[in-house]
Formats: sequence, structure tokens, C-alpha cells
Amino acid sequence: MKKKIIKLFKNPLSLIGLVLVLSFIGIGISAPWLAPPKYPSEPYRIPRDGWSSIPKAPGQGHVFGTTEGQYDIFYGVIWGTRTAFRVSLLVVGLSSVIGVFIGTLAAFYGGAIDEVLMRIVDVFYSIPYLVAAMVLTAVLGRGLNNAMIALIAFGWMAYARLIRGNILSVKEEEYVSAADAVGAGDFRILSRHILPNSIFPVLIQASMNMGTIVIAAATLSFLGVGAPTGYADWGQMISFARNWILGTSGSPFQYWYTVVIPGIAITFFCLSWNLIGDAFRDIMDPKMQGGGV
Amino acid sequence: MLAYISRRFLIIPFVLMGILLIIFGMLQLLSPQQKLATFIRSPSELKNTEVEVLVEKYGLNDPVWVRLGRWLNDVIHFNFGYSESASMPAAEAFLQYFPVSMELALWSALPIILGGIWLGTVSAVNHNNVIDHLTRVFAIVGWSLPSFVAGLLLLMLFYGGLVNWFPPGRLGLDASSIVQSQSFTRFTNMNTIDAILNWNWFVFWDAVKHIILPAIVMSYVRWAMLLRIMRSSLLETLRKDFVTTARSKGLEESKVIKKHARRNALIPVVTIGGIYLAFLINGLVVTETIFNWNGLGRWAVRAAQQYDTSSLLLFALFNGVLLVFANLSVDILYAYLDPRVTYD
Repeated sequence: MKKKIIKLFKNPLSLIGLVLVLSFIGIGISAPWLAPPKYPSEPYRIPRDGWSSIPKAPGQGHVFGTTEGQYDIFYGVIWGTRTAFRVSLLVVGLSSVIGVFIGTLAAFYGGAIDEVLMRIVDVFYSIPYLVAAMVLTAVLGRGLNNAMIALIAFGWMAYARLIRGNILSVKEEEYVSAADAVGAGDFRILSRHILPNSIFPVLIQASMNMGTIVIAAATLSFLGVGAPTGYADWGQMISFARNWILGTSGSPFQYWYTVVIPGIAITFFCLSWNLIGDAFRDIMDPKMQGGGV
Repeated sequence: MLAYISRRFLIIPFVLMGILLIIFGMLQLLSPQQKLATFIRSPSELKNTEVEVLVEKYGLNDPVWVRLGRWLNDVIHFNFGYSESASMPAAEAFLQYFPVSMELALWSALPIILGGIWLGTVSAVNHNNVIDHLTRVFAIVGWSLPSFVAGLLLLMLFYGGLVNWFPPGRLGLDASSIVQSQSFTRFTNMNTIDAILNWNWFVFWDAVKHIILPAIVMSYVRWAMLLRIMRSSLLETLRKDFVTTARSKGLEESKVIKKHARRNALIPVVTIGGIYLAFLINGLVVTETIFNWNGLGRWAVRAAQQYDTSSLLLFALFNGVLLVFANLSVDILYAYLDPRVTYD
């Protein structure tokens, strides 16, 4: 295992990913200094400079300019980093815990429990993720917390399937039968012998899903069911830009900053996690080991 | 094989029932007034009656299972309720929107599959050299770029910058007046296909100009995953004995790859790609919204925002059926492609 982690640090692509993640963590932590909040009790509210709908170009007190409704883009991007981390960590964390719990129950007890749980997984899989999350968010009411609940409710199945498969193969190992033979209880066998040996692929899956979840949450905001208007969220900042893809005659790209700047933020955030996840997968893929071609 | 297929068919009603239970469970969180929309056949019905009377009349205070039973009974009689978000009966709306999404899905499927396979082959053949790294970086960057960002950027470039090269919407003004005229027969309601069948190249070109950008947005995100599967599968195949045999016979490397290795490596790509296409509906939701396409995806967005129960249930039903059949056909295709696979 140690060797594999070292391999991860040696791969230039995953190294870039790690550096990017660390810089985003840095931006997130230092947000109060980089962009001091105008409303200290609600730091996620983006300050507005006037009420005009026409975006203002970078400069004059707004480093990245303002988007539709005079929301400051710099502020939104900086505090949006915190939103992105909060959403991705909470959604990925909770949905993997739920998935691991259900998958473990199914694999460890088998039989009817396994059959029922896995059919439930199938059913959840047959509803398109984005549409289901959109419906649930709309029903619960617009808001970031409700969007997160929806993403968790329809995002746990992959983890359940993954851990179930791993446990089923680990269960047959001799050290598990040995533990059973000496009289260890169910809980002890699970927590001491089975889970530690089957959880690792789930962690990889979780790291790879960080970027996907951020895109999904941003999409919900973009479609108008996620974060409330004026909340520091990258998806919503891009939805502000929707009416400004056409410039004025003579300068067609006049409002480029409304799309490009928040777009870069979200793309780099996802890229950093995907680079790490991609390298991880290569290292873990048994087909990739051994002689090269 | 036949036993397996029939067993899978028997499961379909249960899966659909589960999906409906989930959707009904979610909509259970709405107030009876919000649920009313499903049962109103036309807006005028709301004008003269008290909402409470209507709630009572349609039994919206009844328990879930009673209402689910009633809805199922309606569905059996082909009554899907009235769609508030489309201002017409839900079934009619579905029939109107379906060809729009279908056309976009058809135009995206080919670039997705061919692009993914090609990128994966290039990457595997150049294993661990610069080209391999470049293709993979390209695919990962694509995967990380949200489709709504890419959609807006492409519109900015090809609609604003290069004035009207690839505009949003489905057809331009001239073309749509031709399409609506008497002399143009609508066979499928898919513009490109109808244009070919009517032998009208002006409409065809206009429709293609409108479909290129959405199809690009639908495709590029999905290349990364297919590239990864294709690359890993081809690398594994290239190490097999029969490839060594082909090489030792003195075959050129390009023939070894094209005739021997790639065909065998395609098996997992076909199967996973099949499931992938069924999930295109997720992409349609965003793409249609950005490019102003009045298809199923955009309808779903409006329905979700307006708590339009009847539309959402119909949409969920459609997706359930679609996915179950996609899974089934992928399983059958898998057994056909790989004789080693049997389902008994």
C-alpha cells in the first residue's frame, strides 16, 4: 500500500492535482482575509454594488468585475470555494457512509436481505440521477441544504455495490473463517477483519466523486433549484451569466468574465480531484500491473 | 438464455413499481394544493371552484397507496393527467417533446462512441508516451469542464463571436416556416431526418447548424470514461497470447491492432457504452436548457420547478422503462459478442 501512495506522489499528473487541491484548501481557509465579508453574520452573501443588471468589467474596485445584478465575481469565487468543499465533503462523506452500511448489510447477511437491498439499489439506479435530485430539491424547497440532501439520497448506490462486491470476496478469506472459528462475534469480524480489508476501493471512489458532486450541485444551482439567489456558489454565478453570452456589436466577447472566471474556478476544482482519482485508478487497476507493451 | 431474458422481463414491473413509489414518496412532501395540478384537465377548471373542494373531489388527502392505485388505474386507461408546465395533457406533451430529445440523442451517440473508442485506441497504442498522456489529459479536462460552462462558452464563440454560425434553438426563422408549411411532411418530427425525407437540403443544413453545438456538449464529457475503459481493455488484450501469435506471424502492427486486438477489446466498451447512452437523459436536461431545445429534458426542468406531478411521473416511468430495456439489451449483446458468457 505504501508503495502505491509513493507512486501517486511520483506521477506528475496526480502531483499537479494534489497541488491544486492544496491551493483550493488554502483559498478556502483564507477567504475571510482575501475577500472580507460585507455582512459578517452572513459571509456567504455576495455583496452587491448597485442594482443595475448590466455586468461591469474587471477594474474599479472589482478585481474580476461584477456579474448580472452587480454581484462581485471575486467575492463569489473565493467564498464559492468554501461552498464547493462543504458540498462535496458532506455529500461524498454521507453518501459513502450510507452506501457502505447498506452494502455491508447485504454482503454480510446475504440471502433474502441481500436480494431485497440490491433490488432497491437497482430501482434507485433506474432514475436518472440529475432529474431525481432536481425533483427532490424542488419538492423540499430551493436551498443548498436541500440540494445536498437530494444528492445524498440518490448518490449512495455506487458505494453500496462496490463494498458489497469487495466484502463478498474478502468473506471467503481464511482469516475470516479463522476469526469465526475462535468465536469472534459478527460485529467484531466485520469491524476488525472484513471492513479494513475491503474499504480502500470505496475511498478511491469517494475521492473521484468529489469533482462529480461539485458539478452536480452546481448544475442544480444553474437550473435554479440549488443555492438561493446571491449565495456564493459557482453554479449560480454561471447562471447569472446566461443572459450575457452576446456582447454588444463591435465587441462580441464584452462580458466574457461573467462565464470564464467562475467557469475556471469550477473546472480547476474538479480537474484537481479527477487528476488524483485517475492516477489512483491506474495504480489500483490490476490490469495495468505487470509488463508494459 | 431465453429463461434468463424472460426472468428479466418478469422483474420489470417490480422495478417500475419501485420507481413510482420513490417518486410518489418524494411528492408526498407537497401540500394537497400543490398536488392538485395532476388532476386538473384544463386551467378553466380552477377558475370557478374552490381549491378545497377540488382537493376533496380528487381525494388528495387520501393516503399514498390509495392515490398510487388511482394513478395506476388512470395510466392503464392511458390518462396521464394534465401537464401544467406544458399547458397540455401530459401524454400529448410527451409525444411532442420525445422526437426533439431523440434527435439530439441520436446525433450525440455516434460522436460519443466513435470518439471514445478512437481516443482510447490512440492512448493504449502509445502507452505511457507523450501522446498517451496528452489524450488522457484532454479527456480529463473535458470531464472536469461542466457542460453548462462549455455550452455557454461555445455559444459565446459561435453565436456571438462568429455571428450566427451555430445559433441556439432548433431551427432558424426561414427554415421553421418551411417546416410548418403544407408542402413539408412531418414524418418523425426530427428535423434532420424529416428534411432528408422531404429532400429539402436548406432545412437539413439549417437543422444541422443548430444541432452541432448541443451534440458537442453532450459528447465531450463522456469521452473520458469511454477512453479509460477502451484503453484499459485494449492494453489487456495486447498482452494476450493470440496477439503475440499474430505479431510473430509477421503481421504489421496496425493490422494486429485493428483486426485482432481492437475487436476483442471492444466488448466491455460496447456493454458499458450501452448503459451510458441510456443515461444521456441526464445530459439532455442541461443541454436542452442552455440551447433552448424544447425536449424532454427541458420539460423535466420546468416540471420540477413547478411541482408538476403528472409530468414528472410520466417522465420517471419513461426513464425506468428505458433503463430496464437498456440493461437487458446490453446483457444480451454481451452474451452475443463474447461466447464465453452464458446466463444460466
